[in-house]
Amino acid sequence: MNLQADDIRSGAPDGAPIPKSDLDAIVVRFAGDSGDGVQLLGSQFSQETALVGNSLATFPDFPAEIRAPTGTTYGVSAFQINFGSRPIKTAGDQPDVLVALNPAALMVNYKGLRKGGLVILDAGAFKDKDIKRAGFAVDPRTDGTLKEFRVMEIDISAQALEVAKPFGVSQKEALRTKNLWVLGLVSWMYDRELKSTMEYIARKFGAEDPIGKANLAALNAGHAYGETHELSGDVAPVSMPSVKVEPGTYRLVSGAESLAWGLAAGAQLAGLEMVLASYPITPSSPILHILARMKQYGVTTFQAEDEIAACCAAIGASYGGKLGVTASSGPGIALKTEAIGLAIGTELPLVVVNTQRGGPSTGLPTKTEQSDLFIAVFGRNADAPMPVIASRSPCDCFEVAIEAVRLATKYMTPVMLLSDGYIANAAEPWRIPSMADYAPFKVEFRKDPEGFHPFVRDEKTLARAWAIPGTPGLMHRIGGIERDYNSGNISYDAANHQKMTDTRAAKINNIADDIPEQSVEIGEAKGKLAVVGWGSTFGPINRAVANMRAKGHDVSHIHIRHIWPLPRNLGALLKSYEKVLVAEMNNGQMLQLLRGQYLVDAKGLLKVSGQPLKISEVEDAIRAQLASA
Amino acid sequence: MNVQSPTEKLTAKDFASDQEVRWCPGCGDYAILKAMHKSLADMGVRPENTVFISGIGCSSRFPYYMATYGFHTIHGRAPAIATGLKLSRPELDVWMVTGDGDALSIGGNHLFHALRRNIDINILLFNNEIYGLTKGQYSPTSRVGQRSPSTPMGSVDSPAEPCVFALGCNARFVARGIDVQAKELGELFSRARAHKGASFVEIIQNCIVYNDAAFAGFTEKAVAADMQLHVKHGEKMLFGKERNKGLKLNTQTFALEVVTIGENGATEADILVHDEKNKVIANLLVGLRPPRFPEVLGVIYCDPAPSYEAAVAAQDAAARAKGPGDLDKLMRAGNTWQVS
Ligand SMILES: Cc1ncc(C[n+]2csc(CCOP(=O)(O)OP(=O)(O)O)c2C)c(N)n1
Ligand code: SF4
Ligand SMILES: [Mg+2]
Repeated sequence: MNLQADDIRSGAPDGAPIPKSDLDAIVVRFAGDSGDGVQLLGSQFSQETALVGNSLATFPDFPAEIRAPTGTTYGVSAFQINFGSRPIKTAGDQPDVLVALNPAALMVNYKGLRKGGLVILDAGAFKDKDIKRAGFAVDPRTDGTLKEFRVMEIDISAQALEVAKPFGVSQKEALRTKNLWVLGLVSWMYDRELKSTMEYIARKFGAEDPIGKANLAALNAGHAYGETHELSGDVAPVSMPSVKVEPGTYRLVSGAESLAWGLAAGAQLAGLEMVLASYPITPSSPILHILARMKQYGVTTFQAEDEIAACCAAIGASYGGKLGVTASSGPGIALKTEAIGLAIGTELPLVVVNTQRGGPSTGLPTKTEQSDLFIAVFGRNADAPMPVIASRSPCDCFEVAIEAVRLATKYMTPVMLLSDGYIANAAEPWRIPSMADYAPFKVEFRKDPEGFHPFVRDEKTLARAWAIPGTPGLMHRIGGIERDYNSGNISYDAANHQKMTDTRAAKINNIADDIPEQSVEIGEAKGKLAVVGWGSTFGPINRAVANMRAKGHDVSHIHIRHIWPLPRNLGALLKSYEKVLVAEMNNGQMLQLLRGQYLVDAKGLLKVSGQPLKISEVEDAIRAQLASA
Repeated sequence: MNVQSPTEKLTAKDFASDQEVRWCPGCGDYAILKAMHKSLADMGVRPENTVFISGIGCSSRFPYYMATYGFHTIHGRAPAIATGLKLSRPELDVWMVTGDGDALSIGGNHLFHALRRNIDINILLFNNEIYGLTKGQYSPTSRVGQRSPSTPMGSVDSPAEPCVFALGCNARFVARGIDVQAKELGELFSRARAHKGASFVEIIQNCIVYNDAAFAGFTEKAVAADMQLHVKHGEKMLFGKERNKGLKLNTQTFALEVVTIGENGATEADILVHDEKNKVIANLLVGLRPPRFPEVLGVIYCDPAPSYEAAVAAQDAAARAKGPGDLDKLMRAGNTWQVS
């Protein structure tokens, strides 16, 4: 068949042909069984794509099951990448190309494909029983199910088996090279270099391993298949020019990586060693895994017996004069709340990383959501304020982590850092910063006994003195019981409790003077409509607002990083628009916060499907807002 | 704030904080506190290097009354906080004070893990077999039939035995003392501190308000000699007013028996010699309960093993042996590309 590269692009109206010269972005979705190596395929393709200088965003979409029975729809793993020669901000609303390695992968994903898009199928995986198991009554290749798409059938399984033959690997191992065969083919289609993947295979298996050799052969065979089969002829591979970006050294980075590095960087800027205490939970665990390998960077990690212990151990570490950090998700964050209250009461620094996932309870562990805003801002007994900041993207995690450490140590307070499952797993090109670009914020421990008590405060920040065990002359006691403002000793006095409650609130509110004023991402600082977002919805909102402005609509994008305290000018800014639309992946938590804080009649675009917000969804909501009176 | 020079010899008073002690008059906690003040002075420790960490309960108020560093935390979680502190500052002397409810009810999980990890902290469990602070409900160590506000007809669940629990968690140091036995307690504190790894000390503590005389069966003067066995490493396990009673191992049943020398053919040779490192015997000793047996006191088991924080520090040090890591380099490792 002919591979009509001209038709493959993102943002193209369904089925509409677009001249080849306009091709500036493509969305490809790889899908297969959880054992098919789809995530590796996706991340290697991303790596190759980054190395040719395209902009890109990825969306790994895992099943919750580790090894679901083969061929089931709930065992389908997918990886979506949007790449192009213009700045890419989301993983793409609709794939232009779907690679389906079995019928179940087709079943789960074909409806999302753009009309006129290309489906690449492994014909070898379409046996009758596989088709039935995926839930198709009849073979979808024959009954018109795929009539709106162009379909390219290749017996990838047979190809992989054939290629692997000379290396004497088992049939099972041979079939597992399918992902690299596909990578070879798709790399040919988009003119990517195979070098980084070849190096990866060499690193993983070593030069002599027959399995490594089979994988390498599959990669080359997939590429050669594109070159030599009927795919050649009238179809030249699509090559995409690199995107214009700031000069510098770049790499691909996932949110979990950049967050872990940002924490280590923050600790370094504070002049502290760091103790990360954590209990494994999806999608937070990669932070623990990455930091566990960073001991030489002054990091100690502790896998605690549960999330309560993890939070408590982090508090113990901060009490001892290191930076205590704990990381978790969903149910684990719920377990930490009592201990966070202790850190608030005893005014100890602590960073709590919350990689949000779908809930309530176990909810959707592998899917993304932004529904922990309330627990972050309000989720503790009593009046227990703490700063909350949210990352917008994988790259942004680095900056936000440093900021979290700065606030925690400067104000002697726990800080909650909100990330989410999408950010943690997605990867994007990152202009690697230099540590020298960041101003240090060295912590000074209290040494001087003169006038000391544990709750003696800095006049400006209201932060209490940090005096650590081992310091002669500063022995003192702290605890969860209310403390006297003037001595730090236990106090049940009524007026004192009022004063301490007010002081704790004032200390956190003061942080609003120490963070940037709210800016407008795109558009004017007043007008018809502001779309407000926070966290990982940055990309789709930003693109949607840009698209709508290009069409002449009066709409602006406001993105909130500091969730608590909110920037000083935010209320006035919101009131300068006729309408405010809050777009978020929860049932209206930021919406309620803004309505409550500023009495603005904001409306919500609320989505809780476990899938990221789409550009088109935001555009539709903008249209509806602008159309309504 | 008074600063002592590190060479100055400190007295018990130097370890008492300026805070008014607020336990009920006659509470066993006072005696333990006093023993600790004296013991720390005797050991010659530096108050600035000593930290007391507690959970919640009457017993957990302890740190407020120590002129050392102190952290009164949350219910049941002291082992986790102490673990974090010790991981960050292995050189500190960390003591943990907890109650039977704090340690074995809400905090059972954390205590288990602190013991099995063998983190180098000294754990003092004040066992009064009651929830003191919350006004007298039965606790996990209360004996069956304990009447309390929450069990008006008597408790029905089988109690936990702190020392049995500790040994079951693979604790490497298990000891037991009585609140009012200051001299013996002082020795236990000193042994616990000297032991590298988690040291577990159960302290029998009388709650005069909610569970008075719960331990009278072996603490009353009249019965003490006959009902207390103070074990000492390398010495025969003898007790009784005449020191003519002792423990013998029945090799048929593998159980311990109380025998009286000179009765039923028992001789001094039958009496077991206490070996702190013998875990089999330790397991039998912690299972003995009055009134059938004497209360076993002293260091029941002590067999050091590498401690957790030392092993963690060794890994950290090995990783850092080649010098501190350079984050700029780390972030640039692997596949990168230049844009000019
Ligand atoms: C999370 C939580 N639950 C319940 C309590 C109430 N509480 C405080 S102390 C205590 C029991 C204390 O008993 P124990 O540990 O035996 O100490 P004691 O007072 O007997 O020394 C309870 C239930 C609390 N402080 N925190
Ligand atoms: S209630 Fe009991 S344990 Fe608590 S202080 Fe009073 S006597 Fe002591
Ligand atoms: Mg008690």
